[in-house]
Amino acid sequence: MKALAAHRRHPLMALALLLIALGVVGGAYGVVTTQPTAADTVMVGDQTQIEEGRRLYLEGCSSCHGLNAEGTSAGPTLIGVGAAAVHFQVATGRMPLAAPGAQAPVKKPDYTAEETLAMAAYIASLAPGPAIPTAEQVDYTNADVAEGGILFRINCAQCHQAAGQGGALTQGKYAPSLMNSTPTQIYEAMLTGPQNMPIFSDQTLPTEDKQAIIAYVMELQQAPSPGGMSLGRLGPVVEGLFLWTAVLAAFLAAAVWIGIRAR
Amino acid sequence: MSDLTTRGSDNSGDKPLPEKPHGILARPEYEGPGALTVADVEHRPRRSDLDPKAARRVERQITLMFLLSMVMVVLFVIAYVSLNSTQTVYIPVLGLIGAQNVALGVTFGAAIFFIGAGAIQWAKKLMPDVEVVQDRHRLASTPDQDAAAAAQYERGKEESGFAAYRILRRTLIGALALFPIPLVVLVRDMWTNTDPALEGLSPAEILSETAWTDGLPIVVDGTYQPIRPEDIPVGGLVSALPENIREIQKEFHNLNERGKSAIILVRMDPGEIRSQQGDGWDYQGILAFSKICTHVGCPIALYEHRTHHLLCPCHQSTFDLADSGNVIFGPAARRMPQLPIGVNEEGFLVARSDFQEPVGPSFWERG
Repeated sequence: MKALAAHRRHPLMALALLLIALGVVGGAYGVVTTQPTAADTVMVGDQTQIEEGRRLYLEGCSSCHGLNAEGTSAGPTLIGVGAAAVHFQVATGRMPLAAPGAQAPVKKPDYTAEETLAMAAYIASLAPGPAIPTAEQVDYTNADVAEGGILFRINCAQCHQAAGQGGALTQGKYAPSLMNSTPTQIYEAMLTGPQNMPIFSDQTLPTEDKQAIIAYVMELQQAPSPGGMSLGRLGPVVEGLFLWTAVLAAFLAAAVWIGIRAR
Repeated sequence: MSDLTTRGSDNSGDKPLPEKPHGILARPEYEGPGALTVADVEHRPRRSDLDPKAARRVERQITLMFLLSMVMVVLFVIAYVSLNSTQTVYIPVLGLIGAQNVALGVTFGAAIFFIGAGAIQWAKKLMPDVEVVQDRHRLASTPDQDAAAAAQYERGKEESGFAAYRILRRTLIGALALFPIPLVVLVRDMWTNTDPALEGLSPAEILSETAWTDGLPIVVDGTYQPIRPEDIPVGGLVSALPENIREIQKEFHNLNERGKSAIILVRMDPGEIRSQQGDGWDYQGILAFSKICTHVGCPIALYEHRTHHLLCPCHQSTFDLADSGNVIFGPAARRMPQLPIGVNEEGFLVARSDFQEPVGPSFWERG
């Protein structure tokens, strides 16, 4: 506080404040929006790919999931989880785990897209399971966003929060934010139930409904916050907390500054 | 006058005072009624008191702040006119937000900030900061004032006739005592159902009954499609409602029944089910539980399919669905009510009866 009080008399201080204010206004034109990347789905299946996948599996996954994907005390069986589960877990970097813990966090993927598909093909060859959704399945261009919103609030919002920002579960587990998820990943997650997420099968939540949900999430990802700082879109509780902590702290600091004796 | 400024310097004697006082010190000391005594403490003069150059610099600073405030007001008007209210801007940390909103907020906030900061600087640097003593007046009132107040009270009692008209006094007290009764009646009335079929039932009875009956098909919430057991994989979760929910909502024009009969269906390996609220209430590992938390009634479907825990996001009540929906953590006092289910001839999941205990938050008769 003393240091601040000492510096504020500096003639450059006023100039700096002006520059900051002008920079904020000027930055108003630097609009940057990112478009979601198209689904990167490829067909899985031929024998050399399966062989390659098996090699990669034995190298990177078998220590926890077993030499024949039968599962060990360290990891569940992968027989019957399907290519979609492998693609979701490996392409988002959740697997292989960096360290055992309550949650498998998203990180930079360890494998290339090709290697991921090879492993998916190998696991899919063990037993039938959900396949990686096709580009057609995750195409949400004609989906009903409003319907997707209704379905999202019924089926997803309880864990991922109404605006897809994610939320806490029990004992250190959490439902991740969906703000960086691709349509394929969202579809795969609903289909396979990664970690503690329940499965939303194509029978109870058909493809059109999943597309509607994807359309809603994509809408959320691009939605601006016309009112200012969104604060994670967590609603009035967060706004209140922000006011009572950050803003009040700023006011207290200002009050202290007013009370400091001038030199 | 020099008496004021030399008070501290006399002791330290490090810096000689400038010959010609400046700024506020150039003015004659205020005397007369209202003048305050200078406190008998060591006074440390400010740089702007001693150095005319410093005082000039402060003056320039404050002027600049007031000018900046004017600039901000001009920028505010420019932003208001030139920016479209639908334009957005990406600002790191804040994200994609309304451009006009940011511009208006920053310029208007800065305008008022610079006025305030300038005023504070002025007060701190240029206005006199000599410590003075202001005596506090006595807090207690004088005996004369006490006597006057008491006399006024007595006179009021006498003149209003509050003591003399006994019947008026008593009926007024009676009227005020009865006045809160309508409020109590209204509170009691809050649960009364407008449905004639439920007339005369206590809240406990109304909340104990939901739309579920034997053989009523279960449909998916949102799509209203009936469900076959094979549609739900192990680890699956379905939010569901009774088949006739939309007719009920249409009839009563409210969502009360949805609030009572909403359920979740989960499927687990039958071997993992440790206990249920009734024998064979599952169907091949598919369990139906109320979706309404027994604590204060939040809808919950945070089902972790590996631990079988159902977590309420409001107050972290946790129910173990593999063990009769018992509470394992949190403030909920009752287990999550389970709905017995089966399949009909067409192979669709149906309820086998209503809930056997009241759903929703705990209330007085329920405990």
